[in-house]
Amino acid sequence: MKRTLPLLIAAVTGFVLIGAHFVPYTQSWGEEAMIWFDILAAIAFILGGANLVKLNLQKVSDRRAGWGYAAVTVIAFFLTLVVGMAKMGVHPSPQFAQFAWSGDYVQEGSSFWFIYQYAFYPLGATMFALLACFIASAAFRAFRAKNTEAIILLSTAFIVLVGRTYAGTALTGWLPEALQFDNLTGTIMNVFNLAGNRAITIGIGLGVVSLSLKILLGVDRSYLGTEE
Amino acid sequence: MKIAEFFRNLDRRWIFLLMLLSILIPLLFGVRFPESPSPMVLNVRSAIEELPEGSEILMAWDFDPASRGELSPMAAAFVRHCAYKKHKLYFLTLWATGAPLIQESIDLLKREYPGYEYGSDYVNLGFRPGGEGVIKVVVGDLKKLFANDVDGTSLDKLPLTRNLKNIRQMDLIVNVSAGYPGTKEWVLYASTPYDMEIVGGTTGVTAPSLYPYIPGQLTGLLAAIKAAAEYEQSVIDLYPGLADNDTAQEGLRRMGPQLLAHMLVILLIVAGNFIYFWERRKGVAS
Repeated sequence: MKRTLPLLIAAVTGFVLIGAHFVPYTQSWGEEAMIWFDILAAIAFILGGANLVKLNLQKVSDRRAGWGYAAVTVIAFFLTLVVGMAKMGVHPSPQFAQFAWSGDYVQEGSSFWFIYQYAFYPLGATMFALLACFIASAAFRAFRAKNTEAIILLSTAFIVLVGRTYAGTALTGWLPEALQFDNLTGTIMNVFNLAGNRAITIGIGLGVVSLSLKILLGVDRSYLGTEE
Repeated sequence: MKIAEFFRNLDRRWIFLLMLLSILIPLLFGVRFPESPSPMVLNVRSAIEELPEGSEILMAWDFDPASRGELSPMAAAFVRHCAYKKHKLYFLTLWATGAPLIQESIDLLKREYPGYEYGSDYVNLGFRPGGEGVIKVVVGDLKKLFANDVDGTSLDKLPLTRNLKNIRQMDLIVNVSAGYPGTKEWVLYASTPYDMEIVGGTTGVTAPSLYPYIPGQLTGLLAAIKAAAEYEQSVIDLYPGLADNDTAQEGLRRMGPQLLAHMLVILLIVAGNFIYFWERRKGVAS
């Protein structure tokens, strides 16, 4: 029962969605199934949060390497959760002024907005910006013209790096139009990249169809996990 | 060879410092370069420009603060362009961390286009979880998932959304995305099955995987900050009033650091290969 019921739910929902795409009469059934999916996606946030707390509390409790970071994660999680759910510092919405909690939780000036603006946003941006430093370091240490493939890769990278800036126009503006680096970059993206990506996309599409059928027919049950 | 020895033993913190300087210097000195829009950027601009005034556009902002540096200039440029054309804008996001970024666009409209009225000209629908599941519902019945706007006002009470059944009523979808769920999902579950026009703006990393959908399923794509700068320039060409607005040229401003950073990466690749070949020659000789 523990495995049969999820299998049935997956199969019925999957076939309803396929049917809804081709049979107009069943379109509303598909919409209904997707609303269940969206409700489940919202519940998954609770599951994800619980999982995060459990794993990190275990790490703190066992004093495993990096337990201090786990403690920071748990504190930050609960702080954000409480601040957001209690709508601290949120003014009531003008339309529903009589209800204290009617304002938007990300309203400017609220505590949640403060955390988002002054902690989450700069930290997220910093992590992404660090990539520039690591890419530069990797460029110096790893990109070697060792063989023909590496030379092709490096030449392409050179054209794209130059072509995606004004240097492409300034340095190669005197060349015939097709050979100017900004146009060559366009050719690389629109011809070589497109051809490769289209082949990959078609391959993935066929793989998805095959795997989906296996799941819907109950042939592939790996998504249900193991028995224990 | 002292130079090769120097490069071989170079501490990577020097590289980090060089990267920092290559970004800081052009920003501090306001180094700017001219940009000419590519055909792809012009396709995106035409998709918005050629719509009749007051057309309905879905603005799907699927990104987070991590990619804000790369994507917010194009998001702002889309908003300004649409506002010049007096289009009706419907903002939503499939990213939990994207809701405050919609608010930035709303703030921009309030600040620069005071004539634009909330509820009549634009609406903030906020975030719903479910990724492509949300798309599949809103193409059929938007109000099943978005009964209210972010302030809790029923969509039936707002003039803009009172008669809105689903997003198939939109004349165009504008999606700015940093990954999943994003442009690909809007193409697969909204624009392609229902023959809706869509233009996108994405990070440089995401863009290559979206090219297969152009132009049949995706009218045009702004790829990274370079395309954002070109788009800003193309909108300024149409509406010269924006040339006096510095905040409308964030993409153009960021092309200075991009040029120097790219040149630094090229120099580092050359230096790295110089050491490689020098060591190989030395090895062969010994």
